[in-house]
Amino acid sequence: MAILITEQTRVIVQGMSGRIGAFHAADMIKYGTNVVGGVTPGRGGESYLDRPLFNTVREAVEATGAEASLVFVPPPFAADAIMEAADAGIRTAVCVTDGIPSQDMMKVKRFLKRYPEERKMRLVGPNCAGIISPGKGFMGIMPPHIYMPGRVGIVGRSGTLGYEAASQMMALGIGVSTSVGIGGDPINGSSFKDILALFEADPETDAVMMIGEIGGPQEAEAAAFARDHMTKPVVAYIAGLSAPKGRKMGHAGAIISAFGESAQEKVEILEAAGITVAPNPSAMGETMARVLTMRQAA
Amino acid sequence: MDIHEYQAKEILARFGVPVPRGGLAYSPEQAGYRARELGGNAWVVKAQIHSGGRGAAGGVKLCRDEHEVAAFAATLFGKQLVTKQTDANGKGVYRLWVEAASDIAREMYLGFVLDRKSERIMIVASAHGGMEIEDLAEADPDSLRRMTIDPAAGLSEFQARELAFQLGLKGGQIAQMVTILKACYRAYRDLDAVMVEINPLVITGTGDLVALDAKMSFDTNALFRRPQVAELRDRSQEDPRESTAGDHGLAYVGLDGDIGCIINGAGLAMATMDMIKLAGGEPANFLDIGGGASPERVVRAFRTVLADRNVSVILVNIFAGINRCDWVAEGVVKAYQEVGLTIPVVVRLAGTNVEEGKRIIETSGLPLISADTLAEAAAKAVAAKAA
Repeated sequence: MAILITEQTRVIVQGMSGRIGAFHAADMIKYGTNVVGGVTPGRGGESYLDRPLFNTVREAVEATGAEASLVFVPPPFAADAIMEAADAGIRTAVCVTDGIPSQDMMKVKRFLKRYPEERKMRLVGPNCAGIISPGKGFMGIMPPHIYMPGRVGIVGRSGTLGYEAASQMMALGIGVSTSVGIGGDPINGSSFKDILALFEADPETDAVMMIGEIGGPQEAEAAAFARDHMTKPVVAYIAGLSAPKGRKMGHAGAIISAFGESAQEKVEILEAAGITVAPNPSAMGETMARVLTMRQAA
Repeated sequence: MDIHEYQAKEILARFGVPVPRGGLAYSPEQAGYRARELGGNAWVVKAQIHSGGRGAAGGVKLCRDEHEVAAFAATLFGKQLVTKQTDANGKGVYRLWVEAASDIAREMYLGFVLDRKSERIMIVASAHGGMEIEDLAEADPDSLRRMTIDPAAGLSEFQARELAFQLGLKGGQIAQMVTILKACYRAYRDLDAVMVEINPLVITGTGDLVALDAKMSFDTNALFRRPQVAELRDRSQEDPRESTAGDHGLAYVGLDGDIGCIINGAGLAMATMDMIKLAGGEPANFLDIGGGASPERVVRAFRTVLADRNVSVILVNIFAGINRCDWVAEGVVKAYQEVGLTIPVVVRLAGTNVEEGKRIIETSGLPLISADTLAEAAAKAVAAKAA
């Protein structure tokens, strides 16, 4: 089953005819992702990459039955595109866009709450690499060949560090059920906790690799969730042990500004919750291998 | 993006926050003139730098006549002011704010921040002000009042009143506080701020509320729609290496070590720095080359890292997704030729077009040190430094 995307998921791309959108949409189609159309206002009725283009997300949903949307829209217009997807009945939206204003994201989060649970849209990102269920499909900008199909879920803020984890695991013969990038912004659609809950419920996932970093409260919330609600083992790594306080390390959200937000403090919080923390970024794969072996032996 | 105190006061005053009368000076003569223009018999002269802790660092002084104002100003202009919030180089003083001295009966703290937990704007206030919020949180945590604002409804009057009473305000002060809170909230919201701080917010001898100091910081992602905020940027207050790198699409943060880092992705960059530290080295910088980096951008990254004289070895670590290893490799070779590298360079490439990238590195005939994994790259960088 995996989570969020399978080979059946009908995907549209908002901004598909843009330069970056086109490149990655073509990659997704080549990989076998079920891309059913694109949305570019003003170009409805045309076709692109052998897929129909629509003026609005609503038209795309009505014509194709799309359930998921990948948002490749520039920062000034991205929040609007996300809200359009939610209003049109899309269930999962992934937003790759980097540079959306914080107050736009506040508005988006508030907007998503207006829908009843059964038709509420789940947002992943923004400023993320996307989601991939290896061998089934992906929505995002990751290099799909570094993921081997398997039974370990990955959730992380950083795209490239997620690639690092996937390739370390592949080198040890450990495959991935789904990998989810939640993005490096201060306000994001899905938190670590939200994705851990999906992996816990997924029969095709046995364990989860969680890759956090300095800044923000989400790793601590995830630690409490794993301790109280998860039966599957979680292995974590937190980047930024050498990061100085008060300096923004690339990601808008990667800044130590409050108590409990340094890498060292987060490691302590995770370990206290019973999560195995990889001692360094080169040991993510082997730590997962050790935890899986212990699990099998138990 | 940070702005100066006087700019924050001008903005907040426009939204309705009472601030002391004052004027800006670019020279000691102008500072003296400002004092005469303002009138009265006491003035506060304040160095305008992007940092807190100016008072303790000698950047603020109460002066009793205009000659004293000019004389103090003369000692500040052109000086690098080192506060506990700046690095050892401090920040250059090129502007002064001369203000009519206020009669202070009581000091309070008021801040508006982005709360990542509630994902809303949060007000933090305390009946005690004057010290930094971190110190306040440690010295007197019970005095802190917190309140989040519903983005759809905005700041309600009842919330503002409630907070005013919690701070022990009375009579006409309640209405004044409500005005100040609503003004700060509107300034925050309408200008895409990420922080508004009035510290101290004072009650004067006559019982009125005045913002004695003010600080504002803005969301750089929203500057495209806030040109009036964008033009307040003062590059003299930024690390020139960081702002020049930013102009070229590179996220750079200078650190104290000697191993220069060129990485793609913020998370991998932090992880690589951690790995260097574990291998016994010290990173000289954080640097993220971003996505889709051209060979030219990679050359620029080399120039940025090499501008730091402490750098004795460079570690390039690329896990390409949206990037291309062959472009990065071309950039490394180009940097060698154009910049005239004399220090060792360790290169680790993985991901998109890795075979082509490795081939370019291997056939370049340059003394580049290759590594296959993150751990190997960090170990080789530390070893190359020692050699």
